[in-house]
Amino acid sequence: MKNNMEKETTLTGAQALLKALEEEKAEIIFGYPGGATLPVYDKLHESGIRHILCRHEQGGAHMADGYARATGKAGLCMATSGPGATNLVTGLATSFMDSTPVIAISGQVPREMIGNDAFQEVDITGITIPITKHNYLISESSEISNSIHEAYYLSTTGRKGPILLDIPKDVLNENIKTPEKNNHKTNLEGYNPTIKGHVGQIKRAVTLLKKSNKVLIISGGGVVSSGAEDALTNFAKKYQIPVAATLMGKNGFPNSDELYLGLVGYHGTAAGNTAIQKAETIIAIGTRFGDRTTGPLKTFAQNANIIHIDIDPAEISKNIPSFIPIVGDASAIIEELDKQFSEIKNAELNRKEEEWLKYLIGIKTSRTKPADNSKLNIPLILEQLKKILKDPIITTDVGRHQIFTAHHFPVDKKNSFITSGGLGTMGFGLPAAIGAKAGKPDETVICISGDGSFLMCCQELVTSVEEDLPVIVLVMRDNRLGMISQLQDAFYGKRYNCCDLGSVVDFTKIAEGMGAKGIRVKTPEEIEPAIKKAIELNKTTVIEFIIDEAKNTYPMVTGNSLTDFIEEEL
Amino acid sequence: MKHTISILCDDKPGVMTRISGLFSRRGFNIESLTVGHTETPGKSRFTIVVRGDDTVLEQVRKQLQKLVHVIKVLDIKSTEAVEREHALLKIEVSPNKRSEVLQIITALQARIIDSSSNIWILEITGDTKSVNNAFNLLGDYKIVESIRTGKIALKRDSIGK
Repeated sequence: MKNNMEKETTLTGAQALLKALEEEKAEIIFGYPGGATLPVYDKLHESGIRHILCRHEQGGAHMADGYARATGKAGLCMATSGPGATNLVTGLATSFMDSTPVIAISGQVPREMIGNDAFQEVDITGITIPITKHNYLISESSEISNSIHEAYYLSTTGRKGPILLDIPKDVLNENIKTPEKNNHKTNLEGYNPTIKGHVGQIKRAVTLLKKSNKVLIISGGGVVSSGAEDALTNFAKKYQIPVAATLMGKNGFPNSDELYLGLVGYHGTAAGNTAIQKAETIIAIGTRFGDRTTGPLKTFAQNANIIHIDIDPAEISKNIPSFIPIVGDASAIIEELDKQFSEIKNAELNRKEEEWLKYLIGIKTSRTKPADNSKLNIPLILEQLKKILKDPIITTDVGRHQIFTAHHFPVDKKNSFITSGGLGTMGFGLPAAIGAKAGKPDETVICISGDGSFLMCCQELVTSVEEDLPVIVLVMRDNRLGMISQLQDAFYGKRYNCCDLGSVVDFTKIAEGMGAKGIRVKTPEEIEPAIKKAIELNKTTVIEFIIDEAKNTYPMVTGNSLTDFIEEEL
Repeated sequence: MKHTISILCDDKPGVMTRISGLFSRRGFNIESLTVGHTETPGKSRFTIVVRGDDTVLEQVRKQLQKLVHVIKVLDIKSTEAVEREHALLKIEVSPNKRSEVLQIITALQARIIDSSSNIWILEITGDTKSVNNAFNLLGDYKIVESIRTGKIALKRDSIGK
């Protein structure tokens, strides 16, 4: 029976937007107001959603991303039209490359002005098509509610990703009659992500595994995205299969575990890369086989049959041919694999695998040594940090310090390693840390940064202080763009052009100038007291580490295959 | 190698940009592209001819399928489909060549849809090969201007497949 009694209320577009966001249980908007979004700001106080005022829209987008990665929920950011919207672009591209769920709302000039080159008008839906999973230009206020619900659904299901909704100002002002009860329906005929893995393919994978002696698991970002960490850990440990990780998959398996071989790829460990090149069967989970993971495609894992588990069918055989593709959600597939595998596992198989494991762990242990404590260096700082804080949330920026962190800071807790892997966005670390802190206020959040990256979004220290979201930033200062100089070192005849950052910046003063605490560390002895002090203060702190003798980060693949790498300074 | 891809999608603003942008962004080469309404209101069908090997085609298909507005992507093999292209040709025909050209037009099953003194506009419909053929044969005369629609294709017995 049609319900004619359904109550209706009159809302403005802005109120309808906020209502829909509340229905999606949005807690925080990372935003920056402007003319086109003022109708939303005018009603924001009536809603239960907290607004965190970033100091640059790029920071806001990264915060939403950091929030999403730390909590597993969709992050939400908002910017005005024109420059506000274009400032979101780097953040959205970062989320897109790492498949994280972010919802971005941008204001737009009123409908009648669209296309007229109005003040602060930009075609942001056109601009962001290649860097969003989907986007919307909302043309009627009645579309707002449904679009928001669709956006959340799209962003958080299948292969996750950013969604942008561009809303003209007059649409936000328009009055609409809306039913009080939420009865939205999504109409997405063309969107049907595969979740459950194909049973036949899983069976084939099991048959292959049964025959293989040297099995390796590659943990990719999809493990984290799917929340398959426990399933993977359980599976690998049960059958004693070694696990190597991509940068995005580092957090998919406990790094302190014996079975963990470290990173694979361009900056992969000796154990990780050797395992790839010698394995007979590789179970690759949630990895798109990016170039930083594979190195030269021709020589990658030549001896291996690859079982490729991914939720995105387009990733299957895109870069590396897969022997047995299984499309679906990693978590469910690993569990099914485990179920079927446990029935056929036998003692003989165990024996063969033991040799393989021993071999790989041998390589790993031969490379494990304590950091040099005679002078201040990044591995030493990370080693001490791990001693002080067992499982903080770590965010990184991009550069040498990022790779050092990946190698020298073992992460064992879920959703505690946040880095820009795909896009490699310098400036990501600090705002991502703030977003993570907003989502997980009880956790200690540490941003590992460099003197190049930190300056790209350092204004967000103000957000951190003003919004009472204390984070600790460790700036590895070597007065140069480390990764660039490392590349010039290896491939450009040591011609260090334009990577010298000079020495005028005082990072402690930047911190103090923005209301945070600044500490400078020059010697190894000062590391521990400085970190402990920052934790104790429980306020935003920048620790500037003076790394006078900058070291390159190794291993680094320089040849034609993953095992063609250099391990030490030549 | 050429492939014909048929895409059924929502007829929404921007869907053309999404599809064509995807081709250029991923480095796929479009040979021709046609688009029009279908029997279902709100749905459009694209026919795109793309150049590339099977791996490229597979990527094209999967990437297209990821677009939210794309409902179905079919790789159409010419043996399983009816394909047509339409062309308009403006040619200059001197009086002494008229009967010759008329014979060719009849042989090609083309039609004269406009004529003013020496300038005729011909219409030709057929599969790509026969349209090419027409251009070859008429190439001996002066083609003033021409236009081709690009291929459209429907799979035989295609319902639900």
